[in-house]
Amino acid sequence: MATLFQGVGAVTPFSASTSLHSNKLHLPPRKSLSLSESRGAIFVHRSDARLNLKPATPKQDLLIPNAIATKGDTSTPTKSGHELLLFEALREGLEEEMERDPRVCVMGEDVGHYGGSYKVTKGLAEKYGDLRVLDTPIAENSFTGMGIGAAMTGLRPIVEGMNMGFLLLAFNQISNNCGMLHYTSGGQFTIPIVIRGPGGVGRQLGAEHSQRLESYFQSIPGIQMVACSTPYNAKGLMKAAIRSENPVILFEHVLLYNLKERIPDEEYVLSLEEAEMVRPGEHVTILTYSRMRYHVMQAAKTLVNKGYDPEVIDIRSLKPFDLYTIGRSVKKTHRVLIVEECMRTGGIGASLTAAITENFHDYLDAPIVCLSSQDVPTPYAGTLEEWTVVQPAQIVTAVEQLCQ
Amino acid sequence: MSFSATNFAQPRPVPVEVRSNEKPLSSDSFRFRGPPSFLGSPHSLRFNPIPPFKLAIPHSQRSNASAVTHIANGKMVKSSANLLITKEEGLELYEDMILGRYFEDMCAQMYYRGKMFGFVHLYNGQEAVSTGFIKLLKKEDTVVSTYRDHVHALSKGVSARAVMSELFGKATGCCRGQGGSMHMFSKEHNVIGGFAFIGEGIPVATGAAFPSKYRREVLKEAGADQVTLAFFGDGTCNNGQFYECLNMAALWKLPIIFVVENNLWAIGMSHLRATSDPEIWKKGPAFGMPGVHVDGMDVLKVREVAKEVIERARRGDGPTLVECETYRFRGHSLADPDELRDPAEKARYAARDPISALKKYLFENKLASEQELKSIDKKIDEVLDDAVEYSDESPLPRRSQLLENVFADPKGFGIGPDGKYRCEDPKFTQGTAHV
Repeated sequence: MATLFQGVGAVTPFSASTSLHSNKLHLPPRKSLSLSESRGAIFVHRSDARLNLKPATPKQDLLIPNAIATKGDTSTPTKSGHELLLFEALREGLEEEMERDPRVCVMGEDVGHYGGSYKVTKGLAEKYGDLRVLDTPIAENSFTGMGIGAAMTGLRPIVEGMNMGFLLLAFNQISNNCGMLHYTSGGQFTIPIVIRGPGGVGRQLGAEHSQRLESYFQSIPGIQMVACSTPYNAKGLMKAAIRSENPVILFEHVLLYNLKERIPDEEYVLSLEEAEMVRPGEHVTILTYSRMRYHVMQAAKTLVNKGYDPEVIDIRSLKPFDLYTIGRSVKKTHRVLIVEECMRTGGIGASLTAAITENFHDYLDAPIVCLSSQDVPTPYAGTLEEWTVVQPAQIVTAVEQLCQ
Repeated sequence: MSFSATNFAQPRPVPVEVRSNEKPLSSDSFRFRGPPSFLGSPHSLRFNPIPPFKLAIPHSQRSNASAVTHIANGKMVKSSANLLITKEEGLELYEDMILGRYFEDMCAQMYYRGKMFGFVHLYNGQEAVSTGFIKLLKKEDTVVSTYRDHVHALSKGVSARAVMSELFGKATGCCRGQGGSMHMFSKEHNVIGGFAFIGEGIPVATGAAFPSKYRREVLKEAGADQVTLAFFGDGTCNNGQFYECLNMAALWKLPIIFVVENNLWAIGMSHLRATSDPEIWKKGPAFGMPGVHVDGMDVLKVREVAKEVIERARRGDGPTLVECETYRFRGHSLADPDELRDPAEKARYAARDPISALKKYLFENKLASEQELKSIDKKIDEVLDDAVEYSDESPLPRRSQLLENVFADPKGFGIGPDGKYRCEDPKFTQGTAHV
């Protein structure tokens, strides 16, 4: 089972009769893929396109409710792929890139001997040595700056924030140096750095360990932000981020590391700027990313039983937004619901609402509804924490109201 | 020897309403550890021989730093039997310092004529540090500086034309006019900034030193011995990033030299009022690296120290912290009225002008004649006139330049509603696209 992919080649008409049980759905490929094709960045993958809708439990062994497969090049035989967990997928992507380019190195707290606090770098220090997988002292601002300096002088470092929230300490370096130095140097120095780490609301981790930094970083010019949500896109985005010449911040989620999925054996790299169509539909466009994708899919089941047909898009690229995929969807459904874990004020949803209103206002039949987390420091108590983030029931209610 | 702190340690109350209730610090409140030559030669020390520099070595490295110790053990700089520089070197140093001085003077002129704007921080008086260190570097070595970076860039080899037109905001500037005074970069000469916030360049410098070690040990390139110099001031030495980087550099023995240009003032904040222990060089051993203090108004002393510490770094023996006692003759920036500093202090340092000192040394040791130095002065005058003319005639950046360097890979602007990448939009290259 695989999640989506962008096809290559001629445009095929979109099949309107999509029901959840159809197992061959077409997505019209974009012509603009020429840019990415020429860089060899995207590989077509045909999957077996099975749809599987086990109840989404946000813990171990979550099977991904599915996506679509594209009709790609029929001459390529499908390999069976291999199953792994999301953190292993990240590691696989990382390892493949380290193997491919000796300049790729990792820096962060406990990434070496400890193997990473979420085991993303497990085994890499033994394989590549202590300098290439560098255990840093607890000095986020300085080791992020060090990563930036190393990137400017020829290496391709990946800086890990043990928790994304710790990167607040590195804000000076991320904003002033990472984002700006390519510009202020007149284009002389590139900063091919990847800054990654787990963020998001976990299980009663407390306010400071439950932060969503995407809203703070989104205004920084010069950086790209992506959020992974499945093992398939985690590996693909990790590889794309490492290969990119731009500084990229890759947001992972603490609760998604143990997701299991079957991913292809052959190498693939995803596009950093494209969104992912999770479930095509007709009635409403639901835009989401990271963990909320699973809450949305859980709500989608309920909605389908009630007769609705939601189109679910995982935006993946938080900065910049893929306005093509989003726009096409809006033009079809005319209703938009944004579901995010970011805070209400100044979050990704707020920016996305503005972008959609600016670009697609004429296509909207109803105001955009944005469901975000409450503007509250995430409480420790389980019940309070549950009410801070958006739950599937709220999503169902919102869609019902939107579609009236 | 006790010393009177009244000469310059206490800030004079400035006749401005805001400061009127500030108590002047009494002479009783300061008793320094260590010889007071650290704070500039007070009258009492003027006729006593000052050792060329002071050195503190962490216990673990006493044996490694033997070369440096040797010089520290009281060998005087001015020994007639043993000149420190050859004639060529002398002229090179002189020319570099004159270039720095005249350039900064020209900047001031141009600023007041409305050719450059914003914050401009001039380096007058500190030339010995830049020349003393940077003239010993190879082209592949890296210099990382702060906002007071014009002269560092010039010493490293960036042309006066490129720096001046950057200051004028022209498209021919070293950073295409996008950086300005505080962001001098040159890929060719390995000048990495120019940083506007103090301290934020130090981690980047540490990162620039990291690949030397990486190349040697991971990529197995035997000759990778590039050295990085990080320049910053006394105010920065109270900033966390400084200490975090001292730790990391010593931990991994990175080939970096931390050069503190202690000019005693952080805008209007005296170093003594801001720092619990003002002797910065002594903080090196706390992190496992030698700390050296040197008279930054004397280019030859600086050069002697620089030779040793650069060699040390190149060998792979690790970083050093060098504190240069120096002084800026002008205000913090061209917008600073500079009313707070004691005129007597300024006069004392003006008497120690590094250019005059070098001139004196060259004449006394018959290394150069008045004529030769004057011809260098004239040459530099011409270089600067040419730089100004070039900058005046250079074009301003066009609208199409606005978005060009935001991303190294312009796909980062994303995909527009029409399905094409934004950077493929023809309006994008004209700079009129709305992204």
